[in-house]
Order: sequence, then structure tokens, then C-alpha cells
Amino acid sequence: MIPVQGGAVPPPADLWSQLFVFVLASFIGLGVIRRVSRLLHTPLMSITNAISAIAIVGSIIVTGADYPEPIRILGAIALFASMTNIVSGFLITDRMLKMFKTGSKPGEGGGSGGGHS
Amino acid sequence: MTHGLVQFAYIIATALFVFALHWMNTPATARRGVYAGVVGMTIAVVATWAEPEVIHHWWIVGALIAGIIVGVPLSLVPLTAVPQRTALSHAFGGLAAGLVGTAKYYLWLGEGPENLTAFRMVAIIVEIILGFLTFTGSLMAAGKLQEVKFIPQRPVTYPLQNVTNLALFGVAAVAGVALVMNPTAPWAAFAFPLIILLALMFGVLLIIPIGGADMPTVIAILNAYAGLSAVAMGFVLDNKLLITAGALDGSSGLILAIIMCKAMNRSFTNVLFGAFGQVQQVKAGGEEKVYKAESIEGAAQVLEQANLVVVIPGYGMAVAQAQHKVRELYDQLKKRGIAVKFAIHPVAGRMPGHMNVLLAEADIPYTDLVEMDEINPDMPQVDVALVVGANDVVNPAARTEKTSPIYGMPIIDADKARTVFAIKRSKNPGFAGIDNELYFSDKTWMLFGDAKNVIGELVKQLSGGSGLH
Repeated sequence: MIPVQGGAVPPPADLWSQLFVFVLASFIGLGVIRRVSRLLHTPLMSITNAISAIAIVGSIIVTGADYPEPIRILGAIALFASMTNIVSGFLITDRMLKMFKTGSKPGEGGGSGGGHS
Repeated sequence: MTHGLVQFAYIIATALFVFALHWMNTPATARRGVYAGVVGMTIAVVATWAEPEVIHHWWIVGALIAGIIVGVPLSLVPLTAVPQRTALSHAFGGLAAGLVGTAKYYLWLGEGPENLTAFRMVAIIVEIILGFLTFTGSLMAAGKLQEVKFIPQRPVTYPLQNVTNLALFGVAAVAGVALVMNPTAPWAAFAFPLIILLALMFGVLLIIPIGGADMPTVIAILNAYAGLSAVAMGFVLDNKLLITAGALDGSSGLILAIIMCKAMNRSFTNVLFGAFGQVQQVKAGGEEKVYKAESIEGAAQVLEQANLVVVIPGYGMAVAQAQHKVRELYDQLKKRGIAVKFAIHPVAGRMPGHMNVLLAEADIPYTDLVEMDEINPDMPQVDVALVVGANDVVNPAARTEKTSPIYGMPIIDADKARTVFAIKRSKNPGFAGIDNELYFSDKTWMLFGDAKNVIGELVKQLSGGSGLH
């Protein structure tokens, strides 16, 4: 699984630090997500969805760089798909979260109060 | 913008994403999480767009606008449709990953084969397999949830199904390995689309044997796949922001899938390859069991006498659009000083946490939504358990009957309450096709009818003055 073949030496993609980042980020993810309120698992799924649409940065490069047109078309479709996820993901998460209210003050909006809960 | 600045922007974005998820740990701070996410995303997009290699701006603008045009309506769907929206967004996520992987491969194949190192090729292959598999799989899941006509609702099974699926996957894996070894071989440009095709087929075949009751788990698993395909894209593009965000998404999907599986006492493999809902036959009833029906008046009287009422909602409540009537009932009971709690089973609804959102929409304070594990010890003190559109999650067979397909599944102990009222549309068994002993118990009284009507009638009784008979 070690990449670098002999012969032509490509610019070393920083394999090990990528794997480091992946492993550490997974642990952070597991730690943070485990503590997410079970009440909020549906909004959690929509917000992680929006966040993982960060794939948009890859699509921006593929669409906007000076690449052959067919490749840029693939990029543009991917860009569209990611943007859809970002927009709908964040909007619907917020829409759902607005609905979560405590009983104490009827009519008051969701997250605004709540210094302690 | 220089490389360093872009990387700095990415680090800020990463931190904001972690905070966004951290703030989701309580409803009081959760909306802050959304803002953090939006800011992080904006920073990352602007920084990337400002990279010198990005020179064609109009295509980007066009795609962004198209994304907004489609995304805004998708965020306005009714909350009962949130599961299919979520599945659809997994499909979009998978598609984006698959397309970028494809674009990068052909780009490098044409203009810089030396970039196609073994490691990158592995990442690209993983990216396109996961991406395209998630794409079609999630589309199928969304179709099933939306009850699109030409997609079968019931699990579709055929002989040697798992063997066929594994064989397909095997062919894709072999082609993948061959490509990793020879990324620039003359046949490579054809092997690549073959893998895409197989991944697309695999996604469909993976979902068709899965029944509606397993959708929460499947959505969570697809969530994990979508995240992992973003991670693979990060490896391909050497972009650590992508790796981080994808890993967050992937671990979220994983945790949710584990929670869902535990809540059904099933394993991943069993969900994916078990074809629930098809394997067991409905037992041809030996002795005829009898339901005891109760009138609305009688039920209202019992409710009035109670100190503690627990409502156990299931997806049937949402189907009947009864949640607002449930809220009115909640108000009526609260007015009389009766404590009302909602017992939420983790798999109630069509996706993780779905029931909470549906009840929150009906303005029920989230402080009265109680998890299964927390409410069960208190169930013997409950005067009335009101089952609204739930079935399998209150079926005592899960505790007692070893032959039952739901044996071992944790349930809400409705049968331990002093009195049980179960609202049921008809006398047919529930989703998994299993008889529910609870309905035949001594202390259970059935209220037959549409959940919305029945609860509406209860509310009328309670509001029309007390002591009616």
C-alpha cells in the first residue's frame, strides 16, 4: 500500500500526513458526534450532509481551472450537486432546529435563550 | 491568494465545522452550529475560488446559481419528507465525489500520467466506487421513501442475490486492482467506465432487498458512505479540509448506523444482506385472539383520572398527520395538571431522530421528549400509555418470543403501564408483519380508527367539559 513506485518520481503526495489527518479527524468526529443530543439526530444528519458538501472546493478547481472542456463539465455538475447540498442542508437544519423549544416560555424562538438547559 | 493563506482559511473552516457539530449536543446551542457551519463553508469556498488556477468564473457562477435554485425548494419539504430529502442529498454527495474522481482520472490520464501513483489510483477507485454506489443506492432509498411508483416498496429478493451482488463487487474490485497496477494501460480508459457502471448497478442492487423498516439504518449507512467518498476525494486532491469534513460526516453516519442497529438488535450485515420483512412468514393464526375495543368517552375518562400519561408515537402518527392533534391532547391533559411525556424509540420514524423533529414541529417542548432507555424504568408508574401509530417498538414479543423476527430488539415497555390505549387504523399487523401481543393484553384497550380522528375526538371529549359519559 506504500505508493511511490520506482522510476519516474511524482511529486510526493503527502500520504502519511493525509492518513494522520484522516485518523485524527475520525476520532474527533466520533468523540463529538457521540455527545450530540439524540433529540437532534435528524438535524445532525442534515448538517453533516451540508458540511461534507465541502467537496465543493474540489469541484470549484475542476470547473474553474484551465482543463479540457469535458472535464470541466463533470466538475460543473459536481459543483451544482455540492451547492445543492450546502444550501438545502444548512437551510433545513436551521428550519428544524428553530422548532425545538422548551416548554417554559411558549412563543419564544428556539436557541436564543437557553444559557442553561 | 497564496497557498499558505488558502491552507490557513481551510484550518479555520475545519475548526468551525468541529464547533458546528459540537454545538449540536444540546438544542439550546444547536442553531449556533448552523451559523458556524455556514461561515466555515463560506470561508472555504471564497479561499478556493481565489486560487490563481481558477480562471473560468462564469461556469462556477452558473453551477452555484443552479445549486441555489434546486437547494432552496429542497429545504422547504414537509418534515415527513425529510428522510427522502436526506437520502437525495446523500445521492448528490456521492455523485459529486464520483464525478470529481472521474474528472481527475481522465485529466491526469491525458495530461500528467505521472500523477497517477498507486496511492492516488487506490483513492480514485475507492472514491468512484463509493461515490457512484452511494448515488444510485441513495436514489433508490429516496424513491422507496417517497413511494415512487416504479420502485418496489417491499423488499425484492431472488435466488443467489447475495452471490450475484458479491460477484459484481468482485469484478469491480478486480478491475480496480488492475487499474491501480496499470493506470495508463491502453484498456484503462475502458476499464474505468466499467467500474463506474458496476458501482452504479451495485448501489441499486444493494437497496432493492431492503424493507421500509430498515430505512433508518440504511440512510445512516449511506451517510457514512457519502462521507467516506468525500474523504477519498480529499486523498485524491491532497486536500486536508476535505479529508476532515468527510471524516466528520463518515463518523456521524457510522455512529447513527450503530445506534439504529442496536435499537433493532441487528448487525450491519444482517440489515444489508438479510432482506428483513421478506424472510419471515406471518404466522397463520392458531387461536383467534380478540381485541378489546374502548369508546372515546371511556378513554377520555381514564385519561382524566391519570397522573402520568406517556404517549408512544410511531411513524403511523406522522402518516396520519396526527401530531398537531396530539399537541392539542397534550395541552388538554397539561391543563388538568396531568404530566405528559413522549417515549421515543430510536427507530421510530423513517430516519434517526425523525420522531423528535415531527413532535417539535407540533410545538411539543423537547424537554418532554424522553428516550426509550430513560423512560423504561418509569413505565410501571405510568397510568396510561397511549400508543399512536407505533407497533413493533412496543411489541413484548421482542422480550419473550425467541422465534419472533424482532426478538431481542429493545422496546418501550408499554405493557408495564397500568393501562394501555392503542390507536390502530385497522386490525392488520404492523410493518414487519408480526402480531402484537400487547394488543391482546388484559390492560390494553384498542381505539380503532385514523389516529388524527381518534385523537381529535379525545380532545373534543376532554375540552367539552369533564365527567361526560
